[in-house]
Amino acid sequence: MGDVTLRVWRGDASGGDFENYTLPQGEGEVVLDVIHRIQATEAPDLACRWNCKAGKCGSCAVEINGQPRLMCMTRMDTLPEGTVTVTPMKTFPIIRDLVTDVSFNYAMAERVPALLPPPMPKGGYRMFQEDVERSQEFRKCIECFMCQDVCHVIRDHEENKQHYAGPRFFIRYAELEMHPLDTNDRRDLVREDMGLGYCNITKCCTEVCPEHIKITDNAIIPLKERVVDAHYDPVAWLGRKIRRKTKVSAADAAVQPLP
Amino acid sequence: MTVVESTTQVTLGGARGGPDLPTLREDRWWIQPVVTVSILTAFVIYSTWAAFQNRFYAVGYTTDSLFGKAHELISPFYSPCLTTHCDAGSIGFHIGTASWLSPALLILIFPLGFRMTCYYYRRSYYRAFWWAPPACAVSDAHASYSGETRFPLIIQNVHRYFFYFGLVFNALLTYDAVRSFHMVGGGGWGVSVGAIVLSINATLLWLYSLSCHACRHLCGGQVKSFKEHPIRHKLWKFVTPLNAKHMQFAWISLFFVAFTDIYVRLVASGAWTDFKLF
Repeated sequence: MGDVTLRVWRGDASGGDFENYTLPQGEGEVVLDVIHRIQATEAPDLACRWNCKAGKCGSCAVEINGQPRLMCMTRMDTLPEGTVTVTPMKTFPIIRDLVTDVSFNYAMAERVPALLPPPMPKGGYRMFQEDVERSQEFRKCIECFMCQDVCHVIRDHEENKQHYAGPRFFIRYAELEMHPLDTNDRRDLVREDMGLGYCNITKCCTEVCPEHIKITDNAIIPLKERVVDAHYDPVAWLGRKIRRKTKVSAADAAVQPLP
Repeated sequence: MTVVESTTQVTLGGARGGPDLPTLREDRWWIQPVVTVSILTAFVIYSTWAAFQNRFYAVGYTTDSLFGKAHELISPFYSPCLTTHCDAGSIGFHIGTASWLSPALLILIFPLGFRMTCYYYRRSYYRAFWWAPPACAVSDAHASYSGETRFPLIIQNVHRYFFYFGLVFNALLTYDAVRSFHMVGGGGWGVSVGAIVLSINATLLWLYSLSCHACRHLCGGQVKSFKEHPIRHKLWKFVTPLNAKHMQFAWISLFFVAFTDIYVRLVASGAWTDFKLF
């Protein structure tokens, strides 16, 4: 087998540049294996995150040849011939080398109003299989944040981070909205404060998801349609009036039950 | 009850890693936008030309059919015929009398609106025409971005109403397809190539409409609990596999509606014969 050349971004918040590393190619290696060999031989100070090496922790998300990928799930022999470029995720501030500060996502996670079930009925809560199956897909999320990284709303427009939750959290909002035991109404919240309208459904989040979650089709678009129910559909508005149902404001939806 | 505020601050404007380039992708990401622009531009040019033609859109009619005066074939761009001067036998809500007014100009607003606000086409033309973004992990072409939060793009939220209108047009085109099996000149019922073309066209348009995301939502997507709405759950389960093929139906139905118009136009102008199979 021949050699492989990795062009790796080295640097921190003060600046950086690419550095090339050429090593003998190993059979069946993934990009993370090569990064580890670089650490073991040429650059012991090369910073990268990793944990499970099985595509289940989401730690080793970087950009390989310009696209968000998990290093542990990207086999070298599936990449085009030539130099392989490895850079940190572009959307988040850099800490060092391939490590980024993803705390934006934790801030957005804290803003998600939790499940608000009704008072416990006699015999406890019951949830049926068809309702469980519906949101099961969303539970596969490993929080690699590659969908957040590739979303152009914040990737290319830093200012939108203040009012845009991003695809990873839209699937969380969708999961809660579809939960049969949830009494919270987050439609105003996702429209007014979480920036659902910024999403223009380009489906890049779906394309990069390593768990193959249909983020756009099964979470974002259903959320958009629920917002249409609440705000842009006079027939639905009339239905609510007749049935005396009200929707909940963004401020009310953020109210949490006491533990 | 207490309001929980986020304690983790969002860091804005932190230095990013990697080179300051629009993209590091070296694959041919530009092919998809180029193909989309080419196909959609060709369709818009053709449909605009066809809409202004105001002739060669219907073939033959008979007065002794089961349905009264009936066209053998009518182009989907011109059905239903909304003006008094169009060929005899059309479904009658004649709202225009001016001879210069092409009925297609009134009709195409609805299918065009349905496709323009369709979630799949939005993805395609935002990428291909607006470059927001042109491809995944390629910088978009605009300094600022407000998405569908403001006018005019906030109008995309009317999609479900165009879906309702689309269903009406699908019903009319299905009616046209059934009528097309009645042969010209009292020839009775039969099958011609044109009848098959109109039938395939109507079927594809139904598949495109039923696979629509708004349809999926209205069928059952909007309910909190499937257990409490078993019929809507069944409907949702029926349209969900169709929804997974929405992109394919969007393109195939687009091609075929143009092909159907071309076929009827060729037959109506005498350039082609609509062969009767049996």
